Amino acid sequence: MKAHALRVVHAPPPHDAGLRLDPVLARRWLINFLRDEMVNRRGKKIAIVGVSGGIDSAVVAYLCAEALGAANVYGLRMPYRTSSPESFEHGGLVIAETKIHDVVIDISDAVDGYLRYEPNASPNRQGNVMARQRMIVLFDQSAKFDGLPVGTGNKSERLLGYFTWHADDSPPINPIGDLFKTQVWQLARHLGVPSVIVEKPATADLIRGQTDEGDLGISYPRADSILNRLLLGYREEEIIASGFTPAEVRLVVGRVNSTHWKRHLPTTAMVSTTAINEFYLRPVDY
Amino acid sequence: MTATKRAKTTNGVSRAQRARSTRTRDARPATTQRQTVSLALVQFAPRKGDVRANFERIEQVFAALRHDKEGFPAVVVFPEASLSGYFVEGGVAEVALPATTVLQRLNRAASAACGANHEPFDVVLGFYEDDRGKLYNSALYATLGATPALRHVHRKLFLPTYGVFDEERFVSRGRTIEAFETRHGRVAILICEDACHAVAVTIAALRGAQIVYIPSASPGRGLEDVEPANVRMWRDIMRVAAAEHGIFMVYAGLVGFEGGKGFTGASRLMGPFGDLRVEAPFDGAAIVRTTISLADVNIARAALPALGDLESNLSEITAMFDKEVANRPAGAPPPARP
Repeated sequence: MKAHALRVVHAPPPHDAGLRLDPVLARRWLINFLRDEMVNRRGKKIAIVGVSGGIDSAVVAYLCAEALGAANVYGLRMPYRTSSPESFEHGGLVIAETKIHDVVIDISDAVDGYLRYEPNASPNRQGNVMARQRMIVLFDQSAKFDGLPVGTGNKSERLLGYFTWHADDSPPINPIGDLFKTQVWQLARHLGVPSVIVEKPATADLIRGQTDEGDLGISYPRADSILNRLLLGYREEEIIASGFTPAEVRLVVGRVNSTHWKRHLPTTAMVSTTAINEFYLRPVDY
Repeated sequence: MTATKRAKTTNGVSRAQRARSTRTRDARPATTQRQTVSLALVQFAPRKGDVRANFERIEQVFAALRHDKEGFPAVVVFPEASLSGYFVEGGVAEVALPATTVLQRLNRAASAACGANHEPFDVVLGFYEDDRGKLYNSALYATLGATPALRHVHRKLFLPTYGVFDEERFVSRGRTIEAFETRHGRVAILICEDACHAVAVTIAALRGAQIVYIPSASPGRGLEDVEPANVRMWRDIMRVAAAEHGIFMVYAGLVGFEGGKGFTGASRLMGPFGDLRVEAPFDGAAIVRTTISLADVNIARAALPALGDLESNLSEITAMFDKEVANRPAGAPPPARP
C-alpha cells in the first residue's frame, strides 16, 4: 500500500469534561429543581433572593422568576454605605428586567451599630459582618413573606472557600452551587442577563475596589480548569502537565484543602451511639 | 466464511448438537411465544418516607389506567423505591415492608381503583423490603385480583456505594438472579445498577427470560449535552444488552428531586433488536403505554444468535470465571497483572 493512501486522523484536543454545559438543559434542570424543592417538597411558593448586582445573584433571580413567576420572587438589595453604587444600579437592572419585587434595605445602621463596639475591626472582619447581616435580613424577610431564601453561591467560590461561613452559604436551597463560575457565565448569557453584568469583573463588593480574581490570585477560567481536574481525581503533577504552573496548582489545591470545614456543618463532639448525622442518619427531605 | 465459523465444534460437540440441547431446555409453551403483552411504565416522584401516601398515588395510577383508552395493561411497572423515595438513609428500617404486606396493600389499592371484581393484572414494583429485620432494596412481581399472588421478589445484588450512593451501608445484598414464569412470558427483574452489569442480563437471558424489568432510580448528572449524561448511558447500556441477548428490556425510573438530586425518568422499552420502542421525557411524572409481541424475541435471536453462541461456549466461559474466582481469596482485590 502506498504511504500517501493512508489517512492519519488526529483526535481533537481533549476538552474539559465536566466544565462544558448545555445552557438549555441546565436551565430546564434548575427550573425543575426550584419548583420541586420549593413548592412540591417544602410547600413554599415565594423566593427571597439577595440581588447584589453581580452575575451569580442575577442568574438565580432569572431562574426563580421563570420557575415561580416574577410576582412570587422578592429581590432584596442590601447596600452598606460603602458599597459600590454601580453594584446597586446593576441589582436594580436585574430586578427591572426580571420584573420581580424590588425591596431595598440599607444595612448600614445595623452593621455600624455593632462595629461601633469594634472600631479596629479589619476590612475582612467588617466584610464578614456585612455578609452575615445580609443573611439576617434575608431570613427575616423570608419569614415576613412566608418564603424561602435562595442561595447564590457558585461551586468555584465554595471550593475555594471564598465566602463567609454561615452567611452566603446559609440559604436552604441553592440552584447554582454545583456550577463553576465559568458555567454560571455560560448560563447567564443564555438567560439574557445584561452584558454589563456578565462582562464586568466579579466582586464580593465587601471592600472598595475588591475583585474576586484579585483576591484569589488566579483567573476563574484557570481556577475552574484546575478545580475540575482536581475533583475528577487527577494528581497535582498531572494537572501541572496539562498546562498549569506549579504555583497556580498549589494555590488552588491549598485553598481547597484548607477550607473543607467551610463546606460542612459544625463539628460536634460525639458521645453516644445515636449522634446526629453520625449514627442517626436521615436525608434533608425525609 | 460465516458457514465455516458456524461449523466449528467446541470440545468435540457440534454447534448443531448444542443448539438442539438449547432448544430442548428453552422450550416454552407455544402460546407464550405468540403472546402480546400490554405494558404501562410508570414514572413518578414518591412522597419521601410516606408509605401510606405512596400507596394512594399507586391507587391513583391504577385509576388513571382504568380509564385509559388502550384499556387496562397486562403489566404495570413502577420504579425502584416507589413506596418511599430512594434516598432514605437510616430511615430505610422505618419504610421497609415485608413483600407479603406490599402485595396485600397493592391488591387493596387495585380493588379501590378498579372495583373488587377487576380483571387480574400484574405489577412490578420496587420497594425497601423488611425480611424479619434484614433489609433489602427489592422489587416484586405480583398478580393482583381475586386471587393475589406473589410471583417473585428480586433483591438488588449490585448496591452502588460510591459518590452520591451509599446503599450498602443501609441494605443487604441480594444473592441471586432468577427468571420465572408469568402469565405474560418468562421474565426476570434487575434493579437499577444490576442491569448495568452485562453479566446480570446474560444470566437472566440464559435462564430463559424474554423480558427483563428494570425498576430504577438514576440521579441525573452531566449536563454538558442536550440530555443528562446518565440518560444517554442507560439508553446505550440497554440497547447493547437487549440486542446481544435478544430480549425486551423495560425500564421505569423515578423522577423528581430528592435533596437536590434530580432523578431522570426516561422510562423506556428497548426491543430485542436493540431498537428503542418508546421513551418518556427524563423529567415529569408520566405513564408510558406500549404493547410487545414475545415472538420478536425468537426472531431477534434467530437473526443475531449471540445468546445461542454464548450457550455453546458456556462451559469455557464458566471455567474462565471459576479460574478468576479461584485466583483470589474471598473479598480480596484482583491479583496484580504483569
